[in-house]
Amino acid sequence: MTTDSSEAALKVESLWKIFGSKADRILGTPDADLSRKELQAKTGCVMAVKDVSFEVAPGEVFVVMGLSGSGKSTLVRLLTRLIEPTAGTVVMNGDEITAASEDRLREIRRHHVAMVFQHFGLLPHRKVIDNVAYGLEIRGEDKQTRLARSQEMVDLVGLSGYESSYPDQLSGGMQQRVGLARALAVDPELMMFDEPFSALDPLIRRDMQNEVIRLHEEVGKTMVFITHDLQEALKLGDRILIMRDGEIVQIGTPDEVVGAPADDYVKDFVSEVPKSHVLTLKWVMREPRPGESLEGKVMQSDRIVKDAAREILDSDDPVRVYDGDEFLGVVDDDDILRVVVAEEDEPGSEPAPVGLGKSS
Amino acid sequence: MTVTAPPPESKPQAKVVEEQPFVEEAKQRHTRLLLLATFVAWVVGWALWKGNHTLAIGGAELTDLHRWLNDVRDDFDNSRDSNFFLQYVVGGISDAIDWVVTFLQELFSQPAFPRPVPEVGWLGVVGLLTWLAYALAGIRSAVLVAASLLLFGFLGYWEDSIDLLIVTAAAVGICILIGLPLGIWMARSKIASAAITPILDLLQTVPSFAYLTPLVLVFGIGPASAVVVTLIYALPPLVRITEHGLRSVSETTIEASSSMGVTRLQLLRKVQLPMARRTIIVGVNQCTMAALSMATIAALINGPGLGQPVTKALQSLDVGTAFVSGLAIVIMAIMLDRTTTAASERSELLARRGPGSAQRRRIVLAATGAVAAALVYVSHTYLWAAEFPEEPDLGRPLAERVTSFNDWLTGNIDETTNALKDLVSYGLLNPLQALMADSPWWLVAAVLLVVSYLLGGWRPVITTAICEAVILGTGLWNETMRTLTTTLVATAAVMAIAVAVGVWMGRNKRADTIVRPFLDAFQTMPPFVYLVPALALFGPSRFTAIVAAVAYGVPIATKLIADGIRGVSPTSVEAARAAGTTAWQMISKVQLPMARAAVVLASNQGLLYVLSMVVIGGLVGGSGLGYLVVSGFSQAQLFGKGLAAGIAITALGVMLDRITQHAAARSGRH
Repeated sequence: MTTDSSEAALKVESLWKIFGSKADRILGTPDADLSRKELQAKTGCVMAVKDVSFEVAPGEVFVVMGLSGSGKSTLVRLLTRLIEPTAGTVVMNGDEITAASEDRLREIRRHHVAMVFQHFGLLPHRKVIDNVAYGLEIRGEDKQTRLARSQEMVDLVGLSGYESSYPDQLSGGMQQRVGLARALAVDPELMMFDEPFSALDPLIRRDMQNEVIRLHEEVGKTMVFITHDLQEALKLGDRILIMRDGEIVQIGTPDEVVGAPADDYVKDFVSEVPKSHVLTLKWVMREPRPGESLEGKVMQSDRIVKDAAREILDSDDPVRVYDGDEFLGVVDDDDILRVVVAEEDEPGSEPAPVGLGKSS
Repeated sequence: MTVTAPPPESKPQAKVVEEQPFVEEAKQRHTRLLLLATFVAWVVGWALWKGNHTLAIGGAELTDLHRWLNDVRDDFDNSRDSNFFLQYVVGGISDAIDWVVTFLQELFSQPAFPRPVPEVGWLGVVGLLTWLAYALAGIRSAVLVAASLLLFGFLGYWEDSIDLLIVTAAAVGICILIGLPLGIWMARSKIASAAITPILDLLQTVPSFAYLTPLVLVFGIGPASAVVVTLIYALPPLVRITEHGLRSVSETTIEASSSMGVTRLQLLRKVQLPMARRTIIVGVNQCTMAALSMATIAALINGPGLGQPVTKALQSLDVGTAFVSGLAIVIMAIMLDRTTTAASERSELLARRGPGSAQRRRIVLAATGAVAAALVYVSHTYLWAAEFPEEPDLGRPLAERVTSFNDWLTGNIDETTNALKDLVSYGLLNPLQALMADSPWWLVAAVLLVVSYLLGGWRPVITTAICEAVILGTGLWNETMRTLTTTLVATAAVMAIAVAVGVWMGRNKRADTIVRPFLDAFQTMPPFVYLVPALALFGPSRFTAIVAAVAYGVPIATKLIADGIRGVSPTSVEAARAAGTTAWQMISKVQLPMARAAVVLASNQGLLYVLSMVVIGGLVGGSGLGYLVVSGFSQAQLFGKGLAAGIAITALGVMLDRITQHAAARSGRH
């Protein structure tokens, strides 16, 4: 997968959003560097998103993660200008959203992007099928086409049999399936999810996450997914952007975030993650010691520790880790146990395992 | 999990410190102490200067302003045929409305020359309106409408009732034509909303009585004037509720629609209007009830309808007749309220029906419509179906019974009612009136300014100052202070009752289910109706107005307080209960303080309702501004004074409203 900028599905460059009456005058002054609280006390303006840049490759699931108030929901709304950015550019499939006219923007929203919302945003006065067809209806497709397409989507998300129900007759999980179907119906290139599952029960949430993974495999859309749940981020994300106070703290793959947290904030965040489930061999291997056997099995560096553990513990010699043809290092029983065992201790005795996963 | 193990050492260092929101510091205030000090200063001032500078004027005494207003009235009357604006704009509106009302009257209620009866007789009207109720609001409403219409006839007020319906319907029709687009515009444009909302605020603050005189000035006396005054009074709730309904469509839903690229028109048609439909019909309900109550009062400016017999009976102290015609108004209020409410509830159901039942519904409507049309034809052709039968006459015997019962009652419980009257008069009214009206005007003005500052800060002080200046300008300072006294005493009673009942309702679900329907019913009744029992019990006096005002103000205030108490977070109540709070502590330390904003809002609404009723009480011997307004209609030379009284009432209403509004806004916190 290339992430060459010319082919990016979504490219965001130094995006800012400051809420307040004279927000645009703050940019470029020293005030822009103040902390959120200082800025609010001084000017009454609230810094929601501060100088954010990133790219999303076609087909990628890109997760934006942060606590409430970190600016992630604002960020996702800036991408389609549901909220107007204060400054910066957003380019989607070569189309500069931030420069688009009102009409062009509407076209983009009708055909190229679709969004799933935390509180569903369904129309209570319409049946499920009409909710799903809504996006097609407003862009003027005829009744037959949109009903056929909606039925297809209803079946795809597992709502068959509920077409004529009204949203308030469905559970939260089912309602969000309607939201999903509605977004899929317009066949967008990019799907955005704004904390779609945080209002759902944990079991339903897990179910819906698997549903997203399945849909991603089936329809292969590029996805931008907002969440405050780290587990969800690790489970769904190809890459994760961690936000705090409107700023990017770290962008990386799940194992990079867990293995090499950018600062104490991220470290604290990931401290309770079962590391063996996320980290790959790359993060636990080391240089072979002098005289150590180099006869062991060969494994690729991107294997997850948990999956490789049994084989490594069973082998007599340290396992050799390769990236393609290139030899990187070795892993033995101790290296594995340090990740697996230390982590089992964790819930009882607090101090996080020291030095684990540190890239040295 | 080892439960007994000592808790692990707290984390070595808390890395994530939750950021605290930015909050401005609250100021320390000693409101109660300062209010007390103000009161003491007032009493001292009164003792020193009482009787001086009270600005009292005699009943027939006119100031220059009043004479000038009389001249203005004469100018208006003289130039109706010469002045362009009066002749074409006002005259045009007036003629158009008169034409519509006359047309409807000849169609439904009054003889249509050369016929001795209207085009459509009573049977046709009953058939038509019943069918309409069935189509819009369902079978139960249809039965209610048919029964109510027949009762109007049997009580002997067929023509007056249909006339009142016509005035109300004409006003509501125009309200919908103007109000819906206005509400939609306000919901979609912040500027429009910001510009129009203060006007609506003002319109809703002005007591209904104060509308009458200015309209007479412009439109003269008669049906057109009655419809215009009704429509002005009924418009604000419709506009407000329409805007509110559109604005309260869930933000997420709108965002979801925007994210899919709707146009503004699509958003309105496919999302906002369907989702707000029910609320908008509630707005039509409020508009209708307001129109009904104003249309009855408009009888004072010669508006046709049931208000006429009530006014005449009230002014001649004929309790029996007032009771029967008042009963007809009550029945009409219930009929209109139930029907429009049912229509609102039904709008949702209808939209959800499947295609099969829609088909069935069309057939049923067509069939029943044919029956209604047949009834209309019959009533057009045969006299028995055109003129409401004289027999059975329920109205006259009922009126006689009520009169004799009332005579018996006043003969027997006079002592009790007089004792109550004296207690309130000597205990509360007279001392307060002495303070208000016998103090020098500058002392009372200063006290009002200080009080508004203490309760609401600087902004209401400015409004208060302006309103005081206006009242002084009308030359009716002393009368205004008398009205204010009555209003304050009645409001105190309203609040005492409302807090007691409201707290009870808020804490007890069953009490709420029992009491609320009564409050709802009382709230739908036009204010005129309240005067009848008050008059029966207490005769024509200042106190009668107070009783009617209390009865009129209690329902709204009680409901607001009950809702406020109910709205207190259940978590806080639960936490307090877990800490061992007694029931009394729960009320005094948790529920009432947390519902403080609701209590202040209730006093705001209570004040405005009471003021509007106290003014109407002028009809039955209450003195003060309302009496001046009424005499302005009956005596030509007092017109200017009546108009000035209307202005003073408005200023008083605005002042009381602003002070309590700001106090309410401030009591939202701490």
